[in-house]
Parts: sequence; structure tokens; C-alpha cells
Amino acid sequence: MRTGGRRAIEEGIFKVLMIGSTALVVSSLILILGTVVVKSLPALRLSMLFQTPKGGYYLGKEGGILNAILGSLYLAGGATLFAVVVSLPVVLNINLYARRTSAFATLTRFALDVLWGVPSIVYGAFGFVVMMSLGLRASLLAGVITVGLLEVPIMARAMDEVMRLVPLPLLDASSALGATRLETALKVAVRQALPGLITAVLIAFGRGIGDAASVLFTAGFTDSVPTSLFRPAATLPLAIFFQLGSPVPEVQQRAYASAAILTLIVLAASLAGRALARKLRRNIIK
Amino acid sequence: MRQLKDLIARRAMLLMTGLPALFVLLMLGGLSGKARPILAVRPIAALLFGSSWHPLKGEFGFLPFLAGTLGVTLAAMVIAVPVSLLTAVFLSEYAPRAVRDLTKPVVDLLAGIPSVVFGVWGVLMVVPFVGNVVAPLFGAYSSGYCVLSGGIVLAIMVFPTIIHVALEVFAAVPQDLRDTSLALGATRWETVKHVVVRRGLPGIIAAVVLGVSRAFGETIAVLMVVGNVAKVPGSLFDGAYPLPALIANNYGEMMSVPLYDAALMLAALVLLVVVLVFNVGARVILAKAERKAE
Repeated sequence: MRTGGRRAIEEGIFKVLMIGSTALVVSSLILILGTVVVKSLPALRLSMLFQTPKGGYYLGKEGGILNAILGSLYLAGGATLFAVVVSLPVVLNINLYARRTSAFATLTRFALDVLWGVPSIVYGAFGFVVMMSLGLRASLLAGVITVGLLEVPIMARAMDEVMRLVPLPLLDASSALGATRLETALKVAVRQALPGLITAVLIAFGRGIGDAASVLFTAGFTDSVPTSLFRPAATLPLAIFFQLGSPVPEVQQRAYASAAILTLIVLAASLAGRALARKLRRNIIK
Repeated sequence: MRQLKDLIARRAMLLMTGLPALFVLLMLGGLSGKARPILAVRPIAALLFGSSWHPLKGEFGFLPFLAGTLGVTLAAMVIAVPVSLLTAVFLSEYAPRAVRDLTKPVVDLLAGIPSVVFGVWGVLMVVPFVGNVVAPLFGAYSSGYCVLSGGIVLAIMVFPTIIHVALEVFAAVPQDLRDTSLALGATRWETVKHVVVRRGLPGIIAAVVLGVSRAFGETIAVLMVVGNVAKVPGSLFDGAYPLPALIANNYGEMMSVPLYDAALMLAALVLLVVVLVFNVGARVILAKAERKAE
């Protein structure tokens, strides 16, 4: 039964299916980016970038999206800083202090993987529970912490991947020259892994700034630019989400403009991560 | 002095490394604590399988939302699993280097697009497409805000997850095995079918499970295209109301109705538990497969 012809036909069919699938995946990215560009760029006016919405974000026809742009940058910036402060020690510990394959390191990686899979709405709900029990209201600070926690597994796992590749002899050499483990960690391991670490930070930043479900409960929304950590802050994802549903066309335009800005920031972070990683690779000792 | 710094740093890091594991437990504990009031007065089976959702009357049946979540997830996986796996096989076994180097960043970029942007795209393109083209094709009427639209948007969102894990799994299949199969006269496709896929099967299952769990919890994008009708959907063209959307849509009013906040926190807890089970399962399979490969 196994004639060459039939084998070739089966292979041919699957090859067509495979190429078709790959084309579908690639074209879906192009379609999405294309839609955002076509719909959003005409809506985007320079003046929008420097004004807050006037007359309420949901119905007011005038104004722009400065509140959401700055809110998102503050929020994701703070959250990323928070995530670095938590992730870096964890990653250094499981790679340099504990043995890389110890049960403790494995358990920590496992916990990070599991956290990575937890939906952002659950982070949002949990953040809300904590806020309520502490008597806090929706604020920039609550948003920073919630999004920061969301970013930790993403950042820590990405950092771990590069830290694992730091060659052990390099660390031994540093120890043999009399460096303490902390000095080895900061001056040798971190420097060696720097390109990958920066990429990890930027990936996490991109995920943090784009997430809507976690800030819905925790950061709130406001028409003004946040001036304090304890006041609500507007964010780009929610600016899109809320304003797209408005009956006023001018407000919908603001939603599309926000989508363009958000996509631009996320893509820039992703591309910058790649470019920086390539550039800094020169400093690595092979 | 240097030694002291090292010692302090070591202790602090050790303490912080415990945080991720602790945090998983904290989330479980916190959400169960908040969900307890409703669990105390209603049996869990009545909550999960009750189909009446009227918070003002004190009726909290999650069935429509569970059915909505399952429907949308299933629709997404029917599309995403074959497409992602075929793509992964192509990139790992067939594609010339240049194609692979061009496609991988595309997959990464797709993974980075915010879910709300997927939602905007869904509203602008998928919803009209399903409402005006696909539904009439099947002789059904649909506004386009339906299970199928949610499934299509979700499928694209889980492509990167499945492709990424599957690529790692295929890369871990030893080249010797492929060479042996080819040397015995198998075609490239036969090698894929009988060697690469068979060897990577546990990993492929894990990839799919991770995709399912990603789809299960996705909120904003689905919420925007799925219609949010609190009824068990009867077909692909009916509106649905997934669990994450329920939580996201109602947080505003939940504080004013008794037990409402507990019900929503229970919904979050259900999501968390399901996703935890899926993730733990998938990671265990992957870890086992990795150990076998070494």
C-alpha cells in the first residue's frame, strides 16, 4: 500500500496546510496592525497628545488623551521598577546562591511559571481584595503594585533564562580572585547577562502597560493627570475600552488614537529590547 | 564590611525568593476568604450549576458564565491548536532559516500586542465579518457579537503561546532520531509524524493545555466581542458571557448588593483554581519530558 505516490501526496497536502497556517499567523499580525493604523492614524491629532479630555472622558467632545498617556507611563514605569526590585534578587538567588538545579530553585521556577499563567483579571480581583482590607481606594499606587506583581513572573522567568547561561567557570574565576558572592553577582553575573536582563525588563514593561483587566479595579480612571500616588490614574488600555463604547464619535476617535499610541509604545519597547540586546552583546565575555 | 554586605544580601535574597510561592498561596487564601460569605449560605453545586443569575433577588447561578467560558475557549482551541501546531512543525522541520528568522519575531510581536487592541480589532473586523458573512452562510442570524467572534479573537491570542512551547518541545527532540528515521527511508513528513511528534507528544499536550489556560482567563478582548448575554449559548452564533467578563463588568455595582462581591470573588477563585490546575499539570508534564530528554 505504501506507494511512493501516496506518501508524496500526503506530504504535499500537509506541507500546504503548514505553509497556510504559518501565513495565517503572520497575516493576523499584519491585519491587526493594519487595522490599528488605518483606523487610528486619521483619528490621531498632535493636539490630543497634550490635552486632557474636556467635559468628561465619556461624553466630552474636546480634549485629548494626555491623562491616559501619562497615567500609563507612570503606572507601567512604577510597576516595572517594582518588578525589577523583586525579580532581580530572586533570579540572582536561584542562579548564584542556591545551586541552579536545587529543589529550592526548581520550586521557585515552578511557582513563577504558575504565576505567569494566572489571568490578569485574577490579579485585579486579588489587588482589589487587598485594597479593601487595607481600606484603600483605587489609586495609582494600588495599580502600580498590582501590575508590578503581574510583571514579576514575566520578568523573572525571562531574566532566569539568560542568567542560566552565564558560564559557571566565569563565576568561579571571580570567586577565586577573592570577590564575595554579592560582588560576583553584581559585577560579573549581572554585567554578563545585561543584554538579556534589559530585554526582560522591556518585555515586562510592554506587558504591564498593555494590561487592562488588572488596572480596572485597582487604578480607577480619571480625566486629570495623576499628581499623587494616592489618587486614581487613567491608563491607555482603559481609555480605549471605555471610550470605544461612547455614543459620541469624537470620543471614539480618542479611543482609536489611544490604541495607536499604546500599540506604538508596546512595539517600541519590544523592538528596543531586541536592538539593545544586540548592541550590548559586545560586552559579553565568551 | 564586604562580608557583612554579602551576608545581608544573601539573607534578603533568600527571603525574597520565597515570595513567588508564597504569593500563589496568598491569592488562593485572599480570594477564598472573600468568597466565603456566599459559600456559607449556598451549596457550591447550586452556585456552579444554577442557571439563574439575578443578584438583586439573591440568585447566583454561574452556569451561563461557565458555559460561556467553555464555549469560547473550545471554539478558540478548535482553531488555534491545528494552526499553531502546523506552524510550529513548519518552522522547526521545514522552513528555510531565513523564513524562520523572519517568522519568530512576528510571533513574539503578536504575543506582545495588548489584549484591548485585539478587542478593538475584533470589534472592527471580526464582529462584522461573522455577522455579515459567516452567519448568513450557515443560514443563521447573528449580530456578530457571539461565541464564534470571541473564539476567533482568542485563537489568535493563543497562537504565540502554543507555537512558542511547541517549538521548544520540537527543538528538544534529538537530531539523531530524525537522521535515523530519514536514513531508514522515511520521508520528511513520516519522520515528523512518527518520530518528532511521537517523541514530543507530552510536550505538545502541555503546549495545548497552556493555550487553554491562557484562553480561559482572557478578559477584555473577549468581553468586547462576545455580546455578554447571561444565557447558556445554544450555538456558535449566540452571544455568551464568560466568567472573566462577568467579573470585569460588575465590579462597580457589586459593593451595593449583598453577597454580590462574594459571588464575584468566587468567580475569580474558580478561574484561579482552574488555571492553577491546568498550569501545574502542564508544567509537570514539561518538566518530566525535559528530564527524559537529558
